[in-house]
Amino acid sequence: MLGPQSSFVMYDEELQRINIVIERLLREANAKVIFLVDKNGQMISGVGETEHLDTTSLASLTAGNIAATGGLAKLIGEKEFSILFHEGEKDNLHISIVAQRVILVVIFDQRSSLGLVRLRVRKASDELTTIFEDLAKKTAEIQASGGHNSPFAEITDDDIDSLFS
Amino acid sequence: MSFINYASREINCKIVYYGPGLCGKTTNLQHVYQMTDPDAKGKMISLATETERTLFFDFLPLALGEIRGFKTRFHLYTVPGQVFYDASRKLILKGVDGVVFVADAQEERLDANIESMENLKVNLEEQGYQLENLPFVIQYNKYDLPNVTPIEELRELLNPNGVPEFKGCAVTGEGVFETLKEVAKLILMELKKGG
Repeated sequence: MLGPQSSFVMYDEELQRINIVIERLLREANAKVIFLVDKNGQMISGVGETEHLDTTSLASLTAGNIAATGGLAKLIGEKEFSILFHEGEKDNLHISIVAQRVILVVIFDQRSSLGLVRLRVRKASDELTTIFEDLAKKTAEIQASGGHNSPFAEITDDDIDSLFS
Repeated sequence: MSFINYASREINCKIVYYGPGLCGKTTNLQHVYQMTDPDAKGKMISLATETERTLFFDFLPLALGEIRGFKTRFHLYTVPGQVFYDASRKLILKGVDGVVFVADAQEERLDANIESMENLKVNLEEQGYQLENLPFVIQYNKYDLPNVTPIEELRELLNPNGVPEFKGCAVTGEGVFETLKEVAKLILMELKKGG
């Protein structure tokens, strides 16, 4: 997987593949919202009724939640807790770790059930794992060939200053 | 670790504000929040105790505009400064792109600053980072107060490598944006190098 200091890169092709998987998961699990978050709290993608949600905050808190439970796991000698479930009065959250580095969050209500969500998540996780492995390979290849034409390669001090004007 | 999204043409970077308890990390973020255009910021989240001490972290997403067609977003985090929250601090440093060390310039907090700086280095090394290799800026906060350590002494003890440093008064906002701007600039320069 990617090293701690390299950038995490997402390309159009992989994002489309990811969206196909999570959109199908949304339907098959009867879920309200599904989103994928990087373990550092960056939102990767979201589908469903996301318009009323503060997805940036959700992403950050989900990552914090996973980090905190990961810390708890280590303290009792576990590697990580790969699934978290939060039950609310109406909506519930099912959080799981995919490919050891991204977090899959499913929000669902009484139209679905924990059992169904778990079942469908398991299948989707395998597919997502393949996509993220492909993505890691692609990123490594591009970096190895030295052809990683970073959009920032040619930025100037003026570009940066203009951000703060 | 920055997140470059070619699909949505976005780049996200993570900045962590570090420093001893009550040095003004949260106040820095609050000032940035208050002074930023509503379109450019998300909600500020503070996971704090009833007495407003940071329990886990504060979080503020900022959108700074576009560079070369890429939307540039910075996610600002603070750590809980109190010594016994060390486990939480380690978690928040994961994936960091740049660090701001907020020092409390008051004489009686000199030891706490040094201890926190050492703690920062140790925690970064555990994650495989070296502070010297990261975009890093120091702010000597509360410099408006009467009982401060002279800047030369602070510099000698906290900034032997001569990274960019600013005097600050986070309550009035002095030095807050200068600090943020500098660390953001260093992060973007790092990306330019292809980091």
